[in-house]
Amino acid sequence: MKVIVDMDRCQDHGQCVFSAPEVFRLDGAGRLEFESAPDDALREAVEEAADVCPLQAITVED
Amino acid sequence: MRRIVVVGASLGGLRAAEQLRAAGHAGELVVVGDEPHPPYNRPPLSKEVLAAEVALDRVAFRTRASVADADWRLGTAVTGADLAARVVRLADGTEVSYDGLVIATGLRPRRLDAPGQDPGAGPSRHVVRTLDDAAALRARLKPEVRLAVVGAGFIGCEVAATARTLGADVTVVAPESEPMLRPLGADFGAELRRRHQRRGVRFLLGRTVARFTGTGLELSDGTSVDADVVVEAVGSVPCVEWLEGNGLDLSDGVLCDGALRVEGRPDVVAVGDVARFPNPRYDDVPRRVEHWSIPTDTAKHAARSLLGENGRPFMPLPSFWSDQYDLRLQSFGAPALGGGDIRLLEGDLSEEAVLGYHRDGRLVGVVMLGCGGSLPRYRKLLLDDTRVPTS
Repeated sequence: MKVIVDMDRCQDHGQCVFSAPEVFRLDGAGRLEFESAPDDALREAVEEAADVCPLQAITVED
Repeated sequence: MRRIVVVGASLGGLRAAEQLRAAGHAGELVVVGDEPHPPYNRPPLSKEVLAAEVALDRVAFRTRASVADADWRLGTAVTGADLAARVVRLADGTEVSYDGLVIATGLRPRRLDAPGQDPGAGPSRHVVRTLDDAAALRARLKPEVRLAVVGAGFIGCEVAATARTLGADVTVVAPESEPMLRPLGADFGAELRRRHQRRGVRFLLGRTVARFTGTGLELSDGTSVDADVVVEAVGSVPCVEWLEGNGLDLSDGVLCDGALRVEGRPDVVAVGDVARFPNPRYDDVPRRVEHWSIPTDTAKHAARSLLGENGRPFMPLPSFWSDQYDLRLQSFGAPALGGGDIRLLEGDLSEEAVLGYHRDGRLVGVVMLGCGGSLPRYRKLLLDDTRVPTS
């Protein structure tokens, strides 16, 4: 599974962090960091993270 | 279930369809929507989409591959339903029978009930709910145009900020004493008003629109407002007329139980801001919640209820945000329930701050003005403080 975040769209709302904390996190300054090739076992959590992104900046590919 | 019909093809309807697939529904899926567009994100309509022409794919929702085989009936309004016969009627004359029904028809803008305007005369009147609404308003927002925004809630404040940034001459008219008073409280509202005023937005608060005139508006205190364009941002009305005649409580959206089933029916659920449901995180009072997080949350729970799989209580933590100029507002929980006891938790309202909203001494909502780095901490505080039902 490949996770792509359009960083031009991302505005650091952090909603993805709550859905998939293993994959997404905010650094000390509140900026998004993420794992681009997470384990397939996390797929449902990553799909949820993409769903809840207010800017719809997250894409999930096989 | 052989066929599930989802009525409404915006965020709630889309997520319901996806969650039905995720929860194992392999049968037919019909999604009916009155707009011609595929499901798209509405928050940008009062911001980016109003500021500049934006391609549809920029605001269209990411959709899961699992709903590609659904029968999407877009551009087709629903006109009625017979829940006893399990059938919905569509504007194109067809009837669609179902084994399971998801109600996701959402809201439409409330319109000003003010007399005086002849067709074709006076200011151009607008609302902001759909892509087409935003495009029509954008065409009018030239620099120097005189815009009156009626209503000082989320949409009103965001439209005012966007239009002012585009160079419009903006006046906000509202009956409350401060903008966004109900969700945020007086101190926060006053700070928001000052920030708008520093950018040149004029506020005429504590008044309503008495009538439209040839040159704009006349207000309840006799004040005249010259306006070329009027935006009506005075709240929303649930789209439930199509459900009339089925004995449902439609007094404010569709009354649901804690599993989002409509009046205890096993074969009908409601999702999104048309659903009125209790949230045991706070109390047992059913409420509609018009926040962006709710369609997705309700869709996930309702899909499982419809397929008969729910055991867990549904107790979402609502969240919302608003962007006005360079200002980022973020909220978790239900600040409107704690408006009587608002405490400064961090910072300074004139710069960046976090306010806590309390009911019976308990923190029920948080609103942040900036302070993004503190977000996970306050969200955890709200989640941890919940009285989880034991039954």
